[in-house]
Amino acid sequence: MKIAFKLAFRNLIGAGLRTWLNVIVLSFSFVVIIWMKGILVGWDHQAKNDMEQWEIGKGQFWHNQYDPYDGFTITDSHAPIPNEFKPEIEKGEMVPMLFAQGTIYPQGRMQPAMIKGIPANQTLLKIPTHKLDSVTDVIPAIIGEVMARSSHLEKGSRVVLRWRDSKGTFDAAEIEIVDIFSTTVPTIDVAQVWINLETMQEKLLLPEQATLFSFANAEENRPAVGDFRLKTKKELTAEIDAMIKTKSKGQSVFYFILLLLAMLAIFDTQILSIFRRQKEIGTYVALGYTRQQVVTLFTVEGAMHAVLAAALAAVYGIPFFIWQSKVGFTIPMDTSEFGMAIAPTMYPIYSVGLILSTTLIVLLTTSVVSYWPARRIAKMNPTEALRGKIQ
Amino acid sequence: MKTITAFILTIITLAGFSAPDANEILKKVDKNLSSDNRVMESQITIQGKRGARTISSKTYAMGDKKSFTEYLSPAREQGTKMLKLENQLWIYSPSTDRIIQISGHLLRQSVMGSDLSYEDMMDDRKLTDIYTAKVLGEEEMYGRKTYLIELTAKVTDVAYHSQKMWVDAERFVPLKQEMYAKSGQLLKRLEMKDVIQVKGRWFPTTMVYKDMLKDGDGTEFKISKIEFNVDIPEYIFSKAALKK
Repeated sequence: MKIAFKLAFRNLIGAGLRTWLNVIVLSFSFVVIIWMKGILVGWDHQAKNDMEQWEIGKGQFWHNQYDPYDGFTITDSHAPIPNEFKPEIEKGEMVPMLFAQGTIYPQGRMQPAMIKGIPANQTLLKIPTHKLDSVTDVIPAIIGEVMARSSHLEKGSRVVLRWRDSKGTFDAAEIEIVDIFSTTVPTIDVAQVWINLETMQEKLLLPEQATLFSFANAEENRPAVGDFRLKTKKELTAEIDAMIKTKSKGQSVFYFILLLLAMLAIFDTQILSIFRRQKEIGTYVALGYTRQQVVTLFTVEGAMHAVLAAALAAVYGIPFFIWQSKVGFTIPMDTSEFGMAIAPTMYPIYSVGLILSTTLIVLLTTSVVSYWPARRIAKMNPTEALRGKIQ
Repeated sequence: MKTITAFILTIITLAGFSAPDANEILKKVDKNLSSDNRVMESQITIQGKRGARTISSKTYAMGDKKSFTEYLSPAREQGTKMLKLENQLWIYSPSTDRIIQISGHLLRQSVMGSDLSYEDMMDDRKLTDIYTAKVLGEEEMYGRKTYLIELTAKVTDVAYHSQKMWVDAERFVPLKQEMYAKSGQLLKRLEMKDVIQVKGRWFPTTMVYKDMLKDGDGTEFKISKIEFNVDIPEYIFSKAALKK
């Protein structure tokens, strides 16, 4: 076997440009596949991380009726804050939030907006709620960048906010945008206005009530409390998982095409080798090689393309991967209104598992593709082969 | 002295008697505007930045709980139907052949770009059921004597906490209405003109609706034909009628 490797390596290097062309194409597949998979892993990591830091903490408790995809539920999704939650809220490990639907009137236009009440003194989430303590003669409010863009509001802008209280009566008041925050989590930004929880409870006639809670305690399987049921981080980020799964399937097609191109080149090379090196094959057999040993030699030769490609990919791929993980990949389009936590720049993350699995897949595929044409050798007549007769 | 006091008291009492009772006025307004059922054809003219556009429609309404509207023109809106049952609202769009229920933030969207939001169309209970009224004075409007009435909600589940209403002193039809938020912010203004008499009741056939928080000249709602207390088949107020 050792001699097979030695011979295979010598033959490959001897083939010169033909080998290197194959190796370059295959190494390119290596780098692209690892990089693209790295981007997906990085996106998954970033999206979940951002959601945790900006919106959900380690999990949430939702009011039984609350369904963010069903507008009917918002009006009735509130209940008094359970006593069981109060110690956690006092310690700052849980943030109550109250939601209501409203309308803002920027520059005389009518724009629906979700009003969200959050305690100004919370520090669990990265939303700059401390700004809600700003002293102003109207209601201080904060909004995200996407909302600011779509409503043409700036820091310091004043706008009329209209809502209906819990009894259904219209109320309206002026709000001042005291801060605009930048986040990758659209569910806390698009069409949303954040105000102080107490103000919100007072205006909606819902004292001490909340729609949901984000908490810092990672303990799994917390029981439902009163009208509030647990939503684990896994459940809350399930959408990201589904999205990554879809993307990953979409990418597989791309990997398949890339590998197909490389494999076609290797397959062709193998066919050509077997066709052109019949005398050599006959000599091996004459020297005592079994046919199976010759097949192995040719298979190893083909599969070694993958090894050389991996080495070449490492030469230019590793610096590229390092550079990418620092600079990131900026999506050449506006991702802010995708409805998912997508950062404009994604930083790929490469795990050992990812690199090993990719290498293994490429190696296995190359081996199969190399073995396929080499099987013909087993059927060759050695004397005919020695004479160089085409079989 | 006694004579003077008695005279002053008599004057005050008489003045008291001559001042119309606001709730009575409201009852008369309700009598004019509310009906068991009505069928009307109307044109809504929406003033936009790029000029005005007019949408015509036919509406069947039964009491204050059920109504069905079909848009007749322009071609783009033709065949669109809207059904309101109690506090639920559905819209059928012929282009998609789908019935969708208007809910949540969609209720706050304007109807076909007008100054009316879907939720404005949802609350049409009798004024006397939801407001207590007080006469603030008398004013002249469009050359007619009106009573200025202040309405304050007496129930909690009312859309507008207070309203000001200028009611024609002779015909008992509101000529102007202002709706206020709880904070006192003026939200909407409604002006009513072209009052006609139909089957003994006075009814304004032109209404200009203006969302005071929004720019623009408002939305004009003109009734070209109205009939009261006619027989409307019950199937009209069903979701099945939307697709017919």
